Amino acid sequence: MKDHCKRVRQQMWRLLFIGLLLASFIAGTGERGYAIPAFARKYGLPCSACHIGWPILNNFGLAFKDNGYQLGNDKDSPIYQNPSYWPITFRVTPQWHLENTNKVGIDAPGTTTPSSEQSITTHGFDLSGLDIWTAGTLYKNISFSVLPSMGEGSTFHFENAWVRFDNLLNSPWLNFKFGKFELDNLLSEKRFLTLSSVGGIWYNYHFTPQGDSNGFGGIGDNQLGIELSGHNSNSYSRYSIALLSSVDGAPGLTSAGQGGTARTYDAYVNVNQGFPVKGLGVQRIGAYAYVGRSPTYFLTSGGAPVEAKGGKSFSRVGAFGWWFIKNLDVETFYMHGQDNAFLGNGVPSNRPDLLPTGAAGPTWNGGFVEAHYTVNPQLIFTGRYELVHMSRQANPSNLPNLGNVDSFTIGYRWYPIMLSRAGLAFHNEYAQAKMGNLAPLTQTDALNRAVMIGFDFDY
Amino acid sequence: MPDGVHASYTKIKIFTVPNMKLNWNHWLASLALAALLTAPVWSQESHVGNLIGHAAQGKKEYRRYCVGCHGPLGDGNGENAPWIDPKPRDFVAATFKCRSTPTGTLPTDQDLYNSVSRGFTNSNMPHWDSLPPQNRIDLVAYIKTFSPRWQSEKAGEVIKVPPEPAVTSQSIAHGAELFQKMECWKCHGQQGRGDGPSAATLTDSKDQPIRPYNFADATSDSRFKCGVTNEDLYRIFMTGLDGTPMPSFADVIQPNDAWDLVHYLRTLQTKRHSKENDVVKGTGGKTSASAPGS
Repeated sequence: MKDHCKRVRQQMWRLLFIGLLLASFIAGTGERGYAIPAFARKYGLPCSACHIGWPILNNFGLAFKDNGYQLGNDKDSPIYQNPSYWPITFRVTPQWHLENTNKVGIDAPGTTTPSSEQSITTHGFDLSGLDIWTAGTLYKNISFSVLPSMGEGSTFHFENAWVRFDNLLNSPWLNFKFGKFELDNLLSEKRFLTLSSVGGIWYNYHFTPQGDSNGFGGIGDNQLGIELSGHNSNSYSRYSIALLSSVDGAPGLTSAGQGGTARTYDAYVNVNQGFPVKGLGVQRIGAYAYVGRSPTYFLTSGGAPVEAKGGKSFSRVGAFGWWFIKNLDVETFYMHGQDNAFLGNGVPSNRPDLLPTGAAGPTWNGGFVEAHYTVNPQLIFTGRYELVHMSRQANPSNLPNLGNVDSFTIGYRWYPIMLSRAGLAFHNEYAQAKMGNLAPLTQTDALNRAVMIGFDFDY
Repeated sequence: MPDGVHASYTKIKIFTVPNMKLNWNHWLASLALAALLTAPVWSQESHVGNLIGHAAQGKKEYRRYCVGCHGPLGDGNGENAPWIDPKPRDFVAATFKCRSTPTGTLPTDQDLYNSVSRGFTNSNMPHWDSLPPQNRIDLVAYIKTFSPRWQSEKAGEVIKVPPEPAVTSQSIAHGAELFQKMECWKCHGQQGRGDGPSAATLTDSKDQPIRPYNFADATSDSRFKCGVTNEDLYRIFMTGLDGTPMPSFADVIQPNDAWDLVHYLRTLQTKRHSKENDVVKGTGGKTSASAPGS
């Protein structure tokens, strides 16, 4: 009995010791809360000043961005910077990841025709693409951003490239942006925490129904056009209106994948309002709408598309909220989408006879709830549940759930290095997504899973 | 066994927790002492209107937003401090430029709150009004933990600002005379460009070079370090900017004279639309030109 008591006491001491070690680890990560790539180098601010957890912007970071990457403290113009200052940030993520899909069509031996479904798992060490981001001010109240991005062995593309004239008429309510840019989504997919192949997108931001020919890739895609935006002094009240070429951000007047053919425009509107709640933080709500047209066929010359024709309408509208309860913040998002029947069935508008009987414009509803718990600026946990459910299929013969998405993602990021010249995040993530009726043979639900462990760093 | 190995083994034994003998009295005494030492820090509060700031919460905000410049000890020696000009505020010294209280005294919580919210033009300190008010008042409470002065002293009495008299050509002309008489020009220059004969020699209380305010550089959105209004400018005369060569004139200038000086200084901001400049235009510019050297 005495020995038993002693063992229990020893066990308790060990648990206490381990607990203290863990506690000191967590507390220790809070001792130094800085990290500074391009902007932070310029202003000498810790990265945690602008980010809840890099790369999610907090209120201060949002105000800085809205103000044209200016703090308004007369140090904004590059003329005040040391000539050696170069506003550039590199970001890359070496990683180990595992990918699993539970129902992949496997070809019969010697053929290219799937004859069975199997669970496929691949894994190994890998690299993300490389972002080389430069942004800042050309002069007081003229800001810019250029972000060439490339994958291993592939050519680069411009993720964004724009110039913005800020505080026109000396008013924060008038800012004019020109170029390729991220839509003014308060809940920014470019700045969220998850990176895996399954959890690295918000499905609502990129959803297209099965069989749909709409060239619009979703509000998560950067677009080419102009934007008028504004905000009050602390960026609690914000609006933006954008006129965009119907090219889904592809240069070369590329409509629905065909270069040199674009001739229509889309529009995007986003309004949101923040209000501080004592003891909790700044709560934000907003609404958005994207309306546009996408071609259904092309005029050709010698077989080559020369002009997009038969533009048909589509829309993505919804509302969102961002709720703060001290260190916990929760993003909520709702979207209703609809495409024209010709787009939904992939039928040229000059061939209505090809529409299936009972064809209709596909509609769907989706949303997500994503939570972040910030233990301290160097340790943040995240979890998300997201769904997109079809409410009407374009072709009535489709299974009702075809293309539905049900996904969840969990993970955390620990930032052991947040020094004044660089940031390093240890990233762990698990994500899975059930895709409705997409198994190639059985037409049952398919499940994609991903595990990612990596180091996300920028300098 | 070599000594070194034996020593290492001994060190490991120290962490064999179950064998440790606890002296509970010693532990309790240590805890009590720690509580006593930290009590003033964590009980530190700040008050602005209905807001009550708490240092414990402010410490988290400080680490997130401020530590890079002001440093973990609040002494202005953050990791970015070497590259910042002017240097970040040293909260340990508890010497603050922007106050509503007499020179040499501590500022009010409202003063600190205003400074955090407004930021400081011509410095790296941004305006933090995008933070919720509670965060800002918490920061004020934490800033006050860095210096023992806050334990032994109270904030000074708030200086009263009398109503601003009407702007007239006479008040501007009188202000111009005072500008000469009080030798403001020695630092700020005859045109208010911050290029007076003493300007190059000025240092702050940390022996860092400091530049006088350049009124003439002001554009339409110009701000003074401690505010944008005429009342803010008046207050600067009366409180001085502690830690800088700008003294308090509370004992040597009458309120009406101070207002006249405010009116004159506004005319030095030639690019800024103001009632003072309107009056100058109305007189054909003669009022402003009455200052020697203009």
